[in-house]
Amino acid sequence: MSGIHDFTLASARDALKARKISAVELTNAHIDAIERLDGQLNSFITRTPDQAREAAKASDEALAKDEGGSLCGIPLGIKDLFCTNGVRTTAASKILGNFVPPYESTVTANLLKDGAVFLGKLNLDEFAMGSANLNSAFGPAVNPWKRKDSDAKLVPGGSSGGSAAAVAAGLVLGATGTDTGGSIRQPAAFTGIAGIKPTYGRCSRFGTIAFASSLDQAGPMARNLQDCAILLESMAGFDPRDSTSVDTPVPNYEASLKRGVKGLRVGIPKEYHVDGMPAEIEALWQQGMNWLRDAGAEIVEVSLPHTKYGLPTYYIAALAEASSNLARYDGVRFGERVSAPSLDGLYEASRAAGFGDEVKRRILIGTHVLSSGYYDAYYLRAQKVRTLIQQDFLKAFENVDVLLTPTAPSGAFAQDEKPSDPVQMYLNDVFTVPASMAGVPALSVPAGLDARGVPLGLQLIGKFFDEETLIAAGHAIEQAAAFHHRPTIHAGVSA
Amino acid sequence: MSLDAKTVTRIARLARIGLQPEEVETLGKDMGSIIDWVEQLKEVDVTGVDPMIGTGLAKPRLREDRVTDGNCRDKVLSNAPEREGPFYTVPKVVE
Repeated sequence: MSGIHDFTLASARDALKARKISAVELTNAHIDAIERLDGQLNSFITRTPDQAREAAKASDEALAKDEGGSLCGIPLGIKDLFCTNGVRTTAASKILGNFVPPYESTVTANLLKDGAVFLGKLNLDEFAMGSANLNSAFGPAVNPWKRKDSDAKLVPGGSSGGSAAAVAAGLVLGATGTDTGGSIRQPAAFTGIAGIKPTYGRCSRFGTIAFASSLDQAGPMARNLQDCAILLESMAGFDPRDSTSVDTPVPNYEASLKRGVKGLRVGIPKEYHVDGMPAEIEALWQQGMNWLRDAGAEIVEVSLPHTKYGLPTYYIAALAEASSNLARYDGVRFGERVSAPSLDGLYEASRAAGFGDEVKRRILIGTHVLSSGYYDAYYLRAQKVRTLIQQDFLKAFENVDVLLTPTAPSGAFAQDEKPSDPVQMYLNDVFTVPASMAGVPALSVPAGLDARGVPLGLQLIGKFFDEETLIAAGHAIEQAAAFHHRPTIHAGVSA
Repeated sequence: MSLDAKTVTRIARLARIGLQPEEVETLGKDMGSIIDWVEQLKEVDVTGVDPMIGTGLAKPRLREDRVTDGNCRDKVLSNAPEREGPFYTVPKVVE
C-alpha cells in the first residue's frame, strides 16, 4: 500500500474529500517530514506548524460538512517573497529579517480562501535575485537530488530554490514561486518537478515583494502539471489592487490536461541551439519533439532572431527596475536600521548592512544604467530591444501554438561549482528570460535524468493567456516521459 | 573593463549604499564585466522601434474616487525601526 508521502496534491485532495484521510493527519505527516529532513535541505526560512495544525483542524470541520474550497486541507509552502499577515516575511534578506506584514498578499489570500494549509515560508535568493539559491541571508537551500557518483551538495536552482527543494523532497504538496527571468522554471527543472510562469498579469502582484515589476509573476510549483493546474486556478484572477492585473476569466486549468495535442503546431526556435550546449540537453530536446510528434502534434522550426539579446536586455531592464523598487529599504519605515548622525548616513549604513553582495551589485548596475548620461544608451535602448524580442514571439505565434525548448542549459550543479564571473551565472537563464521579457506564459516539466542521475526539464512557451494549451502540451510530455524518479532525500524514504 | 573607483563611488552614492574601500575594487571589476557584456545591444538596429514599457496587456482603468482603505495607523507603524508616538523618527535634517 502506498504511504502518505506518495500523494500528489490531486490525489490528496480526492482522499480528503472521500474522508480516507484527515487534513490533520496529512498536515502532521508533512510537519514531521519537515522536522526530519529540513535540517539537510534548509528549504524553510520560517515554519508555522501551530498555525498549520489549527488550519487543518478547521479544514476537517469543513470537509465533514461537505464544504471547503478546492484546496481544503492541502499543505503548501509559500515562497518568502509573499507577504503573509502576521507571519514574518524576509525576502531572504537581512534588511527584512524581522519584517512582519500587517496584510496578506492577494495570491496567498486566494489560496487561503480555497482552504490551503500553510506550513511556512520557503527559502529563496535574496529579493529573488539569483539562479542557485546561494544568495540567501538564511543560508543556501539544498537540492534533495544527488549525483550518482558523489555526495556533493547540489543547488536547487533559483530564485525559488526553497520552493523547489521542499516540493521535490515531499515536504509540501505544492508551493508558490515567483518568476522574473526563470525563477520558477529553472529550479523546477533542477529538482525534477513542474512549474508554471503564467502570463504577465494573470496572478496579482499585490503583496509580493517587488524585484522587477514589469517582469515579476507568481506561479505554482508542484510534482506534476495537474497539481500546478489546481494551484494556478486558485492563485490567478483579476485584482483591482494591481494596476497590471488583467481582467479576464480564470478557466478550469485542470480540465485542459485532457485536451491532448492532436494537430497542435509546436515551434522549435532554431536560435536556442546555443554554442556549447551539452549533447544530452540537445538529445532530451529532440526526445521532447519526438514525444509530441508521436502524440499527434506537428513540429515546425521557427525563428526568434533576437534571442541572443534576451539576457543582456533583461539585465538592464530588470536591474533598473530593481534599483528603483529597492529604494524603499532605507531603514526609516520598516526593516533593519543602522543609526548614523545624518539621514543620508542612516540610509547608506542601513543599506550597506542590510543587503547582500549580489543585491548590492544589481542595485548599483541598475542605478548606473538609469543615471544621467547613460539612460538613453542603456535603459532606453534595452526597452527598445525588448519590443523586438516581444515581436519575435508574437510573429512566431502566428504560425505555431506553443514553443518547445530546454528549460536550462545544464542540470543542477554543485554549490562549490558556482562560477565566479557573474555573467557566467546569468547564462543559466538563457532559455527562460526571453519569455519573461515578452510577458508570455511558460512552464517546465521534468523530462529525464542526465548521465549523472540529475533531473532535466523541458520548457514550453505559449501565447498570452493560453496556459491551457501549455498545460495540455506539457501533460503530453509528462505522459510520454513517465518521470517517476525520486530524489535521494525524500519524505517517503524511511531512514 | 573595470569601472574606476571614482565611478563606483559616485554610483554607490546615488544608490545610498555605503561601501568599504575593498568592496569598491571588486564591484568595479564585476560591474565592468557586466557592462561590457551588455554593450552588445549597441549592434541592434532600433531605429523607429518604440520602447516596451510593459506588456500592454492590462488596460488602464478608472475607479470611483472613494476611500477603500485606511484607519490602520498602528499597522502602518508596526514595523518602524524607531518611532515616537504616531511618528517615524530620523536624524535631524533641518537645523
